[in-house]
This record gives sequence, C-alpha cells and structure tokens, in this order.
Amino acid sequence: MSDLLVRTGGEAGDGIASLGETVARCFARMGLHVFGLNAYQSVIRGGHVWFQARASEIRPFSQGDGADILYCLNRETFDIHRADLRPGATIVYDPEKFAIAPGDVPTGARLLPVPTLAIARKYTSQAILQNASGLGAMAYLAGIPLPVLHGALADSFGKKTGDVVTWNLGASADGYEFAKQHSGANDHAVAPKGEGKLLLTGNQAIALGAAAGGVKFLAQYPMTPASGIMHWMAAHSRDLGIVVKQAEDELAAINMAVGASFGGVRAMTATSGGGFSLMVEALGMAGMTETPVVVVESQRAGPSTGLPTKTEQGDLHLMIGAGQGEFPRAILAPSHPKEAYQSTIDAFRLAEEWQTPVLLASDLHLSENYATVDRDEINLNVPIARIATATAPGTGEYLRYAYTPTGVSPRSIPGQPGLQYVAGSDEHDQKGHLISDVRAGVPMWVAERAKMMEKRMRKLDGLRRAAPPPVVEGRPDADVTFVAWGSTVGAIRDAMPVLEAQGISTNLLFVRTVYPLRADIVSTTLESARTSLLVEANYSGQLGQLIRQETGILLPHRLLKYDGEPFYPHEIVAKVRELTGHGGQ
Amino acid sequence: MADSSASIPRASTGPALPVIGKSDTKPTWCPGCGDFSVLAAVEMALKRLQVPSHNVAVVSGIGCSSNLPHFLSSYGFHAIHGRALPVAEGIRWANHGLTVIATGGDGDGFGIGAGHFVHTMRRNVDLTYVTMDNQIYGLTTGQASPTSMMGQKTKSTPNGVIERPVDPIALALASGATYVARGFSGDVKHLADLIANGIQHRGFSFVDVFSPCVTYNKLNTFDFFRQRVYKLETSGHDPTNIGLAFQRAIEWGEKIPIGLFYKVDHPTYEDLEEVLSAGPLAHQNAGLVGREKLLDEFA
Repeated sequence: MSDLLVRTGGEAGDGIASLGETVARCFARMGLHVFGLNAYQSVIRGGHVWFQARASEIRPFSQGDGADILYCLNRETFDIHRADLRPGATIVYDPEKFAIAPGDVPTGARLLPVPTLAIARKYTSQAILQNASGLGAMAYLAGIPLPVLHGALADSFGKKTGDVVTWNLGASADGYEFAKQHSGANDHAVAPKGEGKLLLTGNQAIALGAAAGGVKFLAQYPMTPASGIMHWMAAHSRDLGIVVKQAEDELAAINMAVGASFGGVRAMTATSGGGFSLMVEALGMAGMTETPVVVVESQRAGPSTGLPTKTEQGDLHLMIGAGQGEFPRAILAPSHPKEAYQSTIDAFRLAEEWQTPVLLASDLHLSENYATVDRDEINLNVPIARIATATAPGTGEYLRYAYTPTGVSPRSIPGQPGLQYVAGSDEHDQKGHLISDVRAGVPMWVAERAKMMEKRMRKLDGLRRAAPPPVVEGRPDADVTFVAWGSTVGAIRDAMPVLEAQGISTNLLFVRTVYPLRADIVSTTLESARTSLLVEANYSGQLGQLIRQETGILLPHRLLKYDGEPFYPHEIVAKVRELTGHGGQ
Repeated sequence: MADSSASIPRASTGPALPVIGKSDTKPTWCPGCGDFSVLAAVEMALKRLQVPSHNVAVVSGIGCSSNLPHFLSSYGFHAIHGRALPVAEGIRWANHGLTVIATGGDGDGFGIGAGHFVHTMRRNVDLTYVTMDNQIYGLTTGQASPTSMMGQKTKSTPNGVIERPVDPIALALASGATYVARGFSGDVKHLADLIANGIQHRGFSFVDVFSPCVTYNKLNTFDFFRQRVYKLETSGHDPTNIGLAFQRAIEWGEKIPIGLFYKVDHPTYEDLEEVLSAGPLAHQNAGLVGREKLLDEFA
C-alpha cells in the first residue's frame, strides 16, 4: 500500500493531539483515507505523547508501521522514535531547542532543521506558536496545499478570530515556505484525490450512531476511554433533543438509563471496564425487567485501574458473564468508526426488538483514534420504530410478560391507560406479580418460574439470528485464516495485502457479534480453514476460549498482546511468516 | 427528523380514567407493620390529588417496604437494592408529565443508596421520596441499619451499635432538598398531608416516615414514637428558615419532631434542562433523518 505516515511527538500539554488532528483533517479534506493514532498517557502535563496520521488512497485500518515524517518537539521524541523511521524519512526539529548529531541520524533519514521558535517570536512571545511553524513545515513535506492547511487551522479555532488566529496562519505559512526553500527534493508529498472525506473517532461514530438510532437519553460517568461519547452528545444535546446526564457514579448512570427506557425513550450509558463492573447488577435488572438498554463498554488495559490510556480486549468474559443468573444479551464488536456507527444503530434496534440489554464492545484503540469515512457511508435515514407495542387489552388482562413463541411480550409505557404493570427485579409471573415471596417454592409457581426463565431465554435464540453474523473477509481458500473481534481486525486487514504480496494468502473470520456466538458459521469456517490464527489483545485468548466452549474447536495458534499497545501490521505479518515456515521477513 | 411521535401514546388525563387505588396484590408485610399506614397514606394523597393511575410511576429498591409498588394500581418499577432514586430520575426525565414517587427503606436509601440520595436532592428533581424508616434491616431478618440508634443490639451487633446514626432530615437539608418532612405511621392523616403536599411541591420532596418494624426492632416501636413525637405545625416552627430546620432536625430524645421542617422554591432540574422545554422526552421526535448537515463538522 502506498501510504504516508506523519508522526508528531512531544510532552503532554504541547498540543500534539491538535497538531496531529489538523494533519489528519487536511489529508481527509484532500480526499485521502486516514487513520490517526493518538498515543497519550494518564498525565495532563509532561511525559511523552505522540500522534500518527497515516494517509493513503486505499483505506488504512491501522496506524501502520513506522513513520515518514517525524516532527520532534523535544529531544525525547527523536530518541524514542528514531528506530521506527522508514527509509527516506525526514526529521523536522528546531536546533534552537536541542541538537541532533549527524551520527545519531538513522541511515537513510535526513534532518530538516526549522527555526520554529524564531518564527514564532516574529508574532508573539508565546512559545506555543512554534507548533504552527512546525506544522507548516510538515504540511509542505506531506504535500498538503497551504490553503488546505489554513482552512483546517482556521476551523480548529472555531468562531475565534483575532491575533491568535492570524499568528497561527502566519507562522504556519512561514514554516511551509521555510521547508519549501530548504528541504530539497520532496518525495513524501501525496496528491489530492477527489472529494473530501469525513474524519471521526470511534467515540464520535458511536455517539452519532446512537443519535441516528433514536437515543433520547444518555447517562454517563467520566471514564477514559468512553468519555468522548458523553462529550459529543453533550455538545449536541440541545440541537438534537437528547438529554445528557453526567451521573454521580456508574451505578446511577445505568439505573437512570434503565428508568428512562422504562419511561418510554431509547436510552444508553457508556463506560470502561471499571465502570462497567459497577453496572453489572443493573444490567441484570434490565434483563429481568425486560427493559431495553444499550451499554457501551470501551475497554482499556486492566485489571483494576490498569493502564487508563492504553488499549486491551480483556473484558470479553466480563461482558458475557456480567450479572448474577442468566438472561439474554447481545455483544456487538465493531472494528472501525464506520462499523461503530452502524453497530450502534443495530444495538438500539436489537435492544428494542428483544427488550433486553445490548452491549457495544469498543476499546481505547477504536474509541479514541481517528478514521475517515465517505459521506455516503453514513446513512442517517434510520427508521425509528415505536416503543410501546401493547394496546389496550379490552376486557382481558394486560400481561406485560406474556408467554410468546419469541419470548418478546407486548410492552406498554407509563402514561398509557389500562396497561399499568410493575417491572420487577424479582422473579414474576406473566402479569408482573412477584413469585419470589409467598409463592416461592409452591409447586404451581415453581413451574411458572421455569416457564418465565424459558420465555426470557428464548430471546437469546432470536438475538443470535438477528444480530450481525460473523463474516469472512478475503479469499475463501487461504493459507491462513485469522480469527478476531473488535479493533484488532484493523491491523489484520492491513497485514493481509502485505502477506499476499509475499505469496501467503490469508482471510479473516471477523466475529462481529461475539455473543451470542453463531457457532454454526464459526464451525463451518474453521473446519474448512487450513491454518487458523487467533489474534486478540488480551492474555488468555478469550474469544478463542469462547469458540472452544461453543464449537469444541481449539485454536492452537494464537497471537496475543497485552502490553497496552495496539497491534501493528508488521507483528501480524511476522507471526504468519513464522507459522507458515517462511521465517523472518 | 422521523416523526415517531404519532406512534407513541401520550399521557392522557380525564375524569373517566380511574384514579389510583390498590392493586389486586395483597401486601405481604407482617401484621401490624408500619408500612401499611404508609401505603394507605400514599394512596390517600394520590386520590386527593385525583391523579389517574396510568400517570403515576412508583419506584422502589429492595427491602420489605420496597414491595409497595406492587400494591398500587399505578405503573411501578421494583428495582434493585439502593437504586430507586436513579431509576425514578430516569423515568421522570423520560416523561415529566408523570407523577413519580420513589419509596423504600432506611437501608435502601441511607445505606447502599446514600450516594444517590444526596445527588438527587441537590438536583431538585421533581419527584417525591417516601422512606419507611424502621431503623433495622427487616427482610434480612434483623441487622443494624444506618439509622439504628447507638447501643442497639441486633443480629449483626450483639454488643450494641457503635456508630452514630445517619440523620436523614439533616442530610436532606444539607443536600439541597427543597421539601423536607417527617411523618409517623401512627398518624396516617398527617402523613397523607405531608405526602400530598410533597407531591404538589415543585422539586424534590422528601418524607421520612417513622414506620416501626414490629418483628425485629423492639426499641423503636409505635409506643416509643407515640411518647415522643410532636408536630412542628403546632409548635411555631418556621419552615422557610433552614437554620431553624437544622435545629429541629437534630432533636432526638424525649421529644422528636414530625411535620414539615423546610420548604423552599427553586427551579427544578426539569425546568433547567432545556431539552425538556420541548415537552416530555417520550413524546419528542427521535433520530437524525434529514440532518445531513450535522456531518459537516467531521469534514
């Protein structure tokens, strides 16, 4: 794949994310596909953070390997990233800030010293303006036309006008011009390619999908990496007519969402594993009371507080097992913002149709990183079905929990006359009356309990058929079949053409709904696979364990990662080469 | 946007629709339990206000008293332990045309649910919270509760409680509740007045009720309270003065006040949440049909 990788690094507080996002935005406006990785730490100032914007005519699904342009705001950035540079890479830095001895420069790479501080001083004493001149130099090298850069920069200031905007435009133009004069032949530059694309994070895609799917109420407690969902929704609350409530804790958040859903609106909450652990009891309440609710679980590296700003897929078992007793649920696991948008719409539809909780499994890598989509890939024309399905019972009695072949019973919402019921977290009969106290253990009600259990669990069969099934990507008859879920799919998709070019054919079994698992499709695919490779960002291979449990198939070849970092395509390529006897690259 | 409003039934009012009453489920409380009086008082209050049963949602947590929603003809949500208030808030925000009442016990509200208690009050959500405070865990057969008195011997404190009890009234005052009252199961009519006034109050109304457990609490009995309670209404208390309200709140001994401690008018959460100014959320449109311009921010 012909792509360009632009990396910027410095300390937290240096404005790295905004620099990186601006570069990514420029590429998207040039009509290129982008993947943007925002690598940061759990500090507000200091430490080391970096952003990689990867642009290509063909959609990249991961941050890619290495860097072509590296802008170092400090010496540490150079030291950390120099080993990762691709042949021909250019290092942008300001010699006034730190020196780089010629002997330290990796073979094949070249230096472009830019007087970013001196340029900034032309306008202001505020050193932060150096970023704009460095950005200008990077933009020139990357082939970003100056008007595109200025458009993106100006937009990043929103409605702000005045000196700060003028200085930024001036300093970036100066940096741009400086690079033009001093960089010599520029072989990094990418060319614009048609209509501009949309750039959004996984969290933005989830929030947008929720709005399109009809959400009217979001309750959430701040927790990385899920907070971005609340931030987008809060910013659009008035415009879209969606109530956004920052709750006192995750217990309140999910209970508010369940209450709102009972009250007659589509409702959701979002959190990471720690917060989700607090939500577990209420998740079961939603299952027992048959109240739809969508819960986004954006995983980060655990256990416990773990690595708050680093990614992992360690919560699959938690999501499957969350809650005492058994109740139906579905867990959708999109891999890319484009899929996250659609999966969130699906989650609301499934929760509503099957009157039960639906989880959307994300992770830091999907939630917080950027990717492009074409406008026509975001379909806002989503029909919103009615919530109340019960109608006045006439002379008969309204049975909120009536036994039905699908397990789904007619649902009323408060305000509907004649259809009152009590939603109980205790076991109940068809009408909603408790069978947990004076009826418990009495033979007639013992049988009723079993029937009610079966009614609820029947919904799991329906969910299994209604949720997005696993798909096989790539050629049907391949040397190696990848097995993956969630954001890990991205690096696999990027490794596949690399392997193909090396004469190793691969395909991918992408398990889009991890629960309930379509054991039939998974079995058929894996039984016909020559060699399977399970790729997961966790220690135990949790999807592999689930597949073995559900199909009896053991996946002996595993590539597991639990260091907090996302997969890189080269890691997957290396593992497949080893597996297929091709040795090192 | 998609016009889904037509398919969502609207809360309707009218004299023809039945006002709240008892359901066909009989209470399962012990004979003589204080909670019978609370049920009667809630029903009396709603009847007096002529609220149709389909426009009421009664929410509870877990405990003996939390079975209450099952005994009324309204909508109900019998939630998990300690979470009645957030569920009630969610219902209220989904449809602020409903009358929402949360009920529960002292363990539910001041122990496991104490965090929600504080935060719901500071938000001034327009709902009524009635706690049946018996100073004991009844359904789990007699352990100490957050309001058990110092020294009380229970199954979990055989040598006596060594923590000071939560003072729900003072806590409510400190947390910003805008209607703070205390009733007694031994005086149903007075209690019904407090609840009815609480329902009519715009904002969070809190009615803590001395509702004795006749099985597990042999200390805080009906007689205990009959000998001690006096009414604030007949003792010259000024319920607009929060300082005086605090003074009354900490009275505990030979004399214990019941009645209205404090009442103040502040905007409710629903007043201040602009999205709700377009009407109950459940009646508003949903979805993004025709909102293509929204995507421009990602371009």
